[in-house]
Amino acid sequence: MSAHLALDTAETSTDMSKAPEIINPPRLGRWIGVILVGTVMAWIVYQALTNPGFQWDVVGRYLLDVGVLKGVAMTLQLTAIVMIVGLLIGIVVAVMRMSGDPLLIFCAHAFVWFFRGTPVLVQLVFWYNLAALFPAIEIGIPFGGPKFFEIPATVAISSFTAALLGLGLNEGAYMAEIIRAGLMSVDNGQSEASKALGHKPWHTFWVVVLPQAMKAIVPPTGNQVIGMLKYTSIASVVALYELMHSVELIYSRNFEIVPLLIVAALWYLFLVSILSVIQYFIEKHYSKGWQGQDDRGA
Amino acid sequence: MRHEQHPLNEYRASTMTAAKTDEPLVRCENIWKTRGRNLVLKGVNLQARKGEVVCLLGPSGAGKSTLLRCINAIELADRGLVHVDGVPIGCALRNGSHVRLTESQLSRQRADIGMVFQNFNLFPHMSVLSNIIDAPMRIRRETRAAATHRAHELLRKVGLLDKAGAYPRHLSGGQQQRIAIARALAMQPKLMLFDEPTSALDPHLTDEVLDVIKGLAATGMTMIIVTHEIQFARDVADTAAVMSDGAIIEMGPARDVLSRPTDPRTKTFLARSLPDPQRQAV
Ligand SMILES: Nc1ncnc2c1ncn2[C@@H]1O[C@H](COP(=O)(O)OP(=O)(O)O)[C@@H](O)[C@H]1O
Ligand SMILES: [Mg+2]
Repeated sequence: MSAHLALDTAETSTDMSKAPEIINPPRLGRWIGVILVGTVMAWIVYQALTNPGFQWDVVGRYLLDVGVLKGVAMTLQLTAIVMIVGLLIGIVVAVMRMSGDPLLIFCAHAFVWFFRGTPVLVQLVFWYNLAALFPAIEIGIPFGGPKFFEIPATVAISSFTAALLGLGLNEGAYMAEIIRAGLMSVDNGQSEASKALGHKPWHTFWVVVLPQAMKAIVPPTGNQVIGMLKYTSIASVVALYELMHSVELIYSRNFEIVPLLIVAALWYLFLVSILSVIQYFIEKHYSKGWQGQDDRGA
Repeated sequence: MRHEQHPLNEYRASTMTAAKTDEPLVRCENIWKTRGRNLVLKGVNLQARKGEVVCLLGPSGAGKSTLLRCINAIELADRGLVHVDGVPIGCALRNGSHVRLTESQLSRQRADIGMVFQNFNLFPHMSVLSNIIDAPMRIRRETRAAATHRAHELLRKVGLLDKAGAYPRHLSGGQQQRIAIARALAMQPKLMLFDEPTSALDPHLTDEVLDVIKGLAATGMTMIIVTHEIQFARDVADTAAVMSDGAIIEMGPARDVLSRPTDPRTKTFLARSLPDPQRQAV
């Protein structure tokens, strides 16, 4: 019976023309969409080319201006350092959170609660004005004990340090949650297998669990980096000379506000595009072992 | 193949009844363990001599995995001591009380005990070869060349020499489990623990894994195996221990326990686990 059936199927499958072809339904909605999007884009291009308010000649003049380039360099530098600080803090806090130790868990909770719960702007200004609260930064026994080391806070806290602390601590709180989610996405059996082999806790974390967690950590972290790149512009409130502040200084002199904002926007767009490409390659690196079809037997 | 007796079994069965002259390799004494509100282990005693194969059977939820995990200190018992090779596992005697070791100290003890899991737990981001050589290189300080050489030897033994460069995800369950066994063996453990090594496999893939374990038994490796494969237990085990509800209810020479169980709970458990005679005929 079953042998007969199999033979039947084998016969018909040799003649392709007998099998009905399956075609797609007409896509009317898509054509309407194409017309809509095309119209909007044509209008944007038309405006950009004909509206004299854009002043492309001014944009061209300032795009590679030395002042603007310095701002770009500072923006990149601040973003990189803030993200590294945020990543390190995030790892430490996430590990504390998952350690099972009540004291460490409490500290991690408190950190995330505070730095996620207060506006970055407030934190920035706070760090910048630390001198008002603590006239000197000193190392010694607290509550009035002897001092070993002391510098005036106004000297210690520069614009850059204030921006680094404000943005870095805040970023650390967000990264902690992203990293914790990533670590939780790794099956418990992985750290168990690593322990059973005799690996030390730090090896289990760095070599077995974290690389697997990276698959879940990289995409939201890419989001954070791109967000941070633009968010560093908030540091202009503590007079840090980053990209946004550099164009502000120029248009406060020549009043060419729109073209200079376009200069800044073009630079941000360019930098974000580069970051997106980098993110693509990092994601590819951490998906090692997952590529290809899921074709295993059982 | 399945019904053949390993020659070592006869020998081991006879040494088992002999007087207690030498220290057993594994000695669990009066192990108690709670998990949440559940009392999971209730005063378990279990021993395994050097070279002995102990099969641990019993319904799910009996506490078999928990006991196994206490033997290599993945979990620590609340009360009672596990000795492996005469050394207390998971704690040290200090001023008359047993104090837990740190994670770092535990890892040193675990390195000598191999464990194979139900879900293989290979590291998916590492190639098969890296999975095997990573621990010997890091923990035993072996050179890459030496570790790789032995990895290839082990891969040949489990019949997967051609898969050294593959990633675990692209292998079948049976192949993954054989790699997991090779990975554990690469640390040259003095004891191997298996927690239901074939329970996650399609039925047609179990034999390739069971055959590797049988081969290992023939080399004289001490093993404690949690399994539901009664026929396999008959073939490979010297001793069978049956657990139910956190306690070992029956223990003795495998052929006696599995053929003429005395405890009614063992009888019902075995009756339910024995393969359908019709299915065996196919
Ligand atoms: N995380 C947990 N919390 C509370 N109880 C658990 C937990 N994990 C397992 N148990 C309980 O422990 C008992 C023994 O589990 P286990 O050792 O896995 O049994 P087995 O391996 O024999 O199936 C079961 O009754 C189970 O309900
Ligand atoms: Mg189990």
